[in-house]
Amino acid sequence: MALVAEVGISILLVTGGVFALVGAIGLARLPDFYTRLHGPTKATTIGVGSIAMASFLYFYDTNTSHDLLELLIMVFLFLTAPISANFLAKAAMHLKVKITKNTRGHPWDQ
Amino acid sequence: MIAIALNITIAFIALAVVLNVYRLVRGPDAPDRVLALDTLYINAIALILLLDIQLGTRIYLEAALLIAVMGFIGTVALAKYLKRGSVIE
Repeated sequence: MALVAEVGISILLVTGGVFALVGAIGLARLPDFYTRLHGPTKATTIGVGSIAMASFLYFYDTNTSHDLLELLIMVFLFLTAPISANFLAKAAMHLKVKITKNTRGHPWDQ
Repeated sequence: MIAIALNITIAFIALAVVLNVYRLVRGPDAPDRVLALDTLYINAIALILLLDIQLGTRIYLEAALLIAVMGFIGTVALAKYLKRGSVIE
């Protein structure tokens, strides 16, 4: 395998791992549900997309396969993550979960 | 070089799974637990992709795609249940 491909795939892999870990730390550490919604739906999605891209490039480079299954997984994750986050935020607004003191405005009271 | 990066990434994702399980057990409200489950299935997809690179095969990628589809449907169904009290009206 060429050195450029190896370095690129390694950088993509480690970047994906770091993004997924940052998303999980945000999920574990942030104060209330609406702030916790940020971490997984943005950072983790980018992280897994990066890992899928690394997997695609690896198998393309080693001539194992030339189909586009990883890109399909990536596109599907990028399409569905905002939709599920929107559904969860609506459910939390309906259940009136606790908010932090610094929240500005209460749109669900109107 | 790829082997080292692969091991580092697997360690990071495993740590992320541990933090997700912490939020799943601890989470004060039901939406927190649903969000933790959502993040858990996304991390499971990442672990399957890394396992495929480690073993040098592609036979587990269909499982990753199925987990992506079914996990999304499960999250939407749980959120709908929390909001309306029933999944299909």
